[in-house]
Amino acid sequence: MLVSLNWLKQYVNIDSLSPEDLAEKITRSGIEVDAVIDRSQGMTNVVVGYVVSKEKHPDADKLNVCQVEVGEGDVRQIICGAPNVEAGQKVIVALPGARLPGGVKIKKAKMRGVESNGMICSLQELGVEGRTVPKAYADGIYVLPEDAVPGSNALELVGLSDIVLELGLTPNRSDALSMLGVAYEVAAILSEEVKLPEINYATASESAENFIKVSTEAPELNPLYAAKVIKNVKIAESPLWLQHYLMAAGIRPHNNVVDITNYILMEYGQPLHAFDYDALKTNEIVVRLAKDGEKIVTLDDQERTLQAHNLVITNGIEPVAVAGVMGGANSEVTSDTTTVVIEAAYFDGFTVRRTSKELGLRSDSSARFEKGVDPNRVLVAAERAAQLLSELAGGEVLQGTVLVDQLDKTPTRVVVSPDFINARLGMKISLEDMLSILHRLQFDVEAANGLLIIDAPTRRQDIKIEEDIVEEIARLYGYDEIPMTLPEGAVTIGGLTSYQEKRRVVRNVMEGAGLLQAVTYSLTSAELAQKFALKVEETTKLLMPMSEERTTLRQSLIPHLIEAASYNVARKADSVSLYEVGSVFLGQTEEELPYEEEHLAIVLTGKWVDNQWQGEKRSVDFFVAKGIIEALFDKLGLTERVTYEKGSVDGLHPGQTANVLLDGHKIGIIGGLHPAERKKLDLKETFVAELNLYAILNAVTDALVYTPVPRFPEISRDIALELDRLKPAGEIESIIRGAGTKLLKDVKVFDVYEGEKMEAGKKSVAFSLTYFDPERTLTDEEVTNAHNKVLKALAEAGAEVR
Amino acid sequence: MEQQLKQLELEALAKIEAASNLKELNEVRVAYLGKKGPITDLLKGMGKLSPEERPKMGALVNTVREHVTEKLETKVAHLEEQAVLEQLEKEAIDVTLPGRPVRVGNRHPLTRVVEEIEDLFLSMGYEIAEGPEVEKDYYNFEALNLPKGHPARDMQDTFYITEETLLRTHTSPVQARTMIEKKGEPFRIICPGKVFRRDNDDATHSHQFMQVEGLVVGENIRMSDLKGTLDIIAKKMFGADREIRLRPSFFPFTEPSVEMDISCFKCGGSGCNVCKHTGWIEILGAGMVHPNVLEMGGYDPKKYSGFAFGIGAERIAMLKYGVEDIRHFYTNDTRFISQFQRTEG
Repeated sequence: MLVSLNWLKQYVNIDSLSPEDLAEKITRSGIEVDAVIDRSQGMTNVVVGYVVSKEKHPDADKLNVCQVEVGEGDVRQIICGAPNVEAGQKVIVALPGARLPGGVKIKKAKMRGVESNGMICSLQELGVEGRTVPKAYADGIYVLPEDAVPGSNALELVGLSDIVLELGLTPNRSDALSMLGVAYEVAAILSEEVKLPEINYATASESAENFIKVSTEAPELNPLYAAKVIKNVKIAESPLWLQHYLMAAGIRPHNNVVDITNYILMEYGQPLHAFDYDALKTNEIVVRLAKDGEKIVTLDDQERTLQAHNLVITNGIEPVAVAGVMGGANSEVTSDTTTVVIEAAYFDGFTVRRTSKELGLRSDSSARFEKGVDPNRVLVAAERAAQLLSELAGGEVLQGTVLVDQLDKTPTRVVVSPDFINARLGMKISLEDMLSILHRLQFDVEAANGLLIIDAPTRRQDIKIEEDIVEEIARLYGYDEIPMTLPEGAVTIGGLTSYQEKRRVVRNVMEGAGLLQAVTYSLTSAELAQKFALKVEETTKLLMPMSEERTTLRQSLIPHLIEAASYNVARKADSVSLYEVGSVFLGQTEEELPYEEEHLAIVLTGKWVDNQWQGEKRSVDFFVAKGIIEALFDKLGLTERVTYEKGSVDGLHPGQTANVLLDGHKIGIIGGLHPAERKKLDLKETFVAELNLYAILNAVTDALVYTPVPRFPEISRDIALELDRLKPAGEIESIIRGAGTKLLKDVKVFDVYEGEKMEAGKKSVAFSLTYFDPERTLTDEEVTNAHNKVLKALAEAGAEVR
Repeated sequence: MEQQLKQLELEALAKIEAASNLKELNEVRVAYLGKKGPITDLLKGMGKLSPEERPKMGALVNTVREHVTEKLETKVAHLEEQAVLEQLEKEAIDVTLPGRPVRVGNRHPLTRVVEEIEDLFLSMGYEIAEGPEVEKDYYNFEALNLPKGHPARDMQDTFYITEETLLRTHTSPVQARTMIEKKGEPFRIICPGKVFRRDNDDATHSHQFMQVEGLVVGENIRMSDLKGTLDIIAKKMFGADREIRLRPSFFPFTEPSVEMDISCFKCGGSGCNVCKHTGWIEILGAGMVHPNVLEMGGYDPKKYSGFAFGIGAERIAMLKYGVEDIRHFYTNDTRFISQFQRTEG
């Protein structure tokens, strides 16, 4: 909402403070002023000129040499390139020395050899937005009325000696979508009175109801429809002051009839529509729901197809306007119009909103209906229109208003106790102060039996409940006056849940291992949504995606992590290690929502060790990734419940992929990126892992109880086995652990060898077994007995001891 | 014999002196003091001496032995010291060369901001409540006083999955769910999480971002409690000398609603680029929980009241760390993330 202060001054006295201070006060008490715009933009030396004569420039077809009077006896030669400059016009002249918006400085100059002492200006050159300039002057200079006095200040004449406040309105304050609404707000803030426009006009002898009939077939959606008929209207340009107020409000002037409806729209916040009476043809207005597929050509010359829930104004036969949204071309006011019908109505906000959305037509009118106009201003606005059409367009207003009216105009009553207000605020505002504030807001208030009985004016449709009064009192009393306290009452025991605590541990382990935390998008392409997924289930897709890259919720974190790695590698990072904790979206729950499972994923690419001057370099490999995952399980106390087996995942190296199992259930994968994938992304050795964090962090572990530090020696025995190259050492380890008695405390692989000394297709794996009894020192015989059981089990399993 | 002894002593001392390492020295020791050495031999020959001479010679032999031993020990100590010095010199390094890199990762700046806020409120007895990113329209809008067709739904353009499900536009649905879960008991929660709006990504917009909301419900929760709590956030996140101011605003789920500004942490309020020369920076939205919201959550608005606030983690991080483009948080450039490694203050 753009508020011209010159216009606002018509309704409320704001002379006591500067525009900046006024803006600050408005902002602090409820409506944010986004900008204070000086329409003059510091312009000087811009005066009215009279074009005495116009001659073609001798050397330039498109230029004219004009003699322009810019003060008594002060005639200057000015070159002008505008197509619409003519002798006899009053124009706007920027004299040498003038500064125009955009840093333009006007100087004496020669144009193609002919001297020019200034510039004849268009409104755009004076900083007026092109879309608000009247069409007649949109592509040329602006022409002033004949009575403009040469040499006088032109800025004032075109309304540019004005300040405009740009209000950022929240949806509840639709009352401030009008100059009067803003005036009420400002008056409340400054403790001033509001001067309402005085409405009076002469009426013709004929009665409007003899000209037109009004009915509505949808009274719930259109409880009030009023029509006024004005005859003998002379379509012309509006007076300058009106045009300039509209332009300051961001509206392009058209002709006096249209401008008057727009003026009242801005003044009262009540949208009006003007029909050409003769074009209506039927002497009848019927408001009804559209027929499915019914068509109308709107004022913007677009054919619109309507649906059965759209509300339309018809002449009893065909639509002549889409209610509250836009008029029809068939009944438009043109330069030939002589009789107009002014519509002032109340349309259901939801219906207008839906229709304007469906038609893609957002107008100043629909914006106001959507939020609900003031029921008590509809008829006033109609009267105001009649007055202005009579004053400014020479119209004769027919007697009476033709209307259907079932609209409830009673104000909302709110009963609230001052104690409640103070309790909610944590303040002690006196009853007197509360009453004073409510009076300033022009709320009807009565204090009785310790209660405030308030009838809020209907322009304030946001005032409905006690809390709304709390806010009104607080904002005008000043939020700065609210003290600072902390909640009292029973102390709540807060803290992280076990899951949340463990999740922080996960982050710490990942970061301790040198990984950076990444955050990537939950939305991805259909193609990537299930890639690398631990579990593939039905995907969740957007109804209306904005791009193909973001149509589907992901089922794996890995694709975006790989993208991030690739992004960094493309920027010359030779080592990237990232982790992410985030949700994946699987199938559907009973709530018809996808099942959201929190996962952890990592990506490692390039060098893992790069100790530059020592010359130690090592690329990441599978076991770096696995080591990080193992460290995590150690930290979470799950190591003994986790096993690994050879796995297979599309996109991962078939020989370097493991499934991670917790208590025998698959909860993760670790693997190398398939060479073909790496090639596509220009990545070197790249390893990834993804774990179902939800399963891992919800795995309950025993309370931590210490085991005594050994007092007796441990005894170790080694076993070296010759195995097939692809025989999993983990299987052998399981056999050893299974066969070892309770004396076998630990089994570790300490050497793996493949190469010259081994038969092709074979490898040697050496295990170190630790035997230990916490109660005593073991004898050699006891250890040998236990160890023999292991050897026997290995022999039975066909593992050959070297 | 005395003559012989003196001669031996001189010889031994000279050889000790000449020895350049421990091995040579040991040879000297064995040669002169060993069981087969000349001094032992002399001692063995003492039997031939007269009883008067024996003690005298015995003493003399002992004196010689002592001299030689003493000299030996001194020389050993010297040589050992020498050896240590040599070793030290050999092992000397250039200490200005860089150490072997230890990889240390760190949290994403958004997590850093979120955890900082979480920790602040955990210390004040709050719980952390979390909820799904895909939500029912009911929890995201209706339970928050935003019925279908409400104009304020436009404020939050939404990614819908179906007519009834959507990507949450704020973490407020967690508040709605928590109220139902707490069954009328007072509570204090912080709800961090990812949220989504139908925006094209640019320097100031992101279709996915991170929010931290807070909600307190209890008997006699006042607007002054909200203001006091917001003041703590401002001081914790932006410095102890920050001042706050509240401006009236509008959110469908709170009444009254406010926006909080903090005094500019860069210029202190005198006006600069960060605060657009106003001295104040808008930080967050907040308000007293709307009675409709309480009621839908199963709390009697006559008895209970509450406050809520919502913070954009990106906005806080951008202001706090001077980040100019919101997209940095989602490109995962390691040169960006790794800057948020170190501690502050």
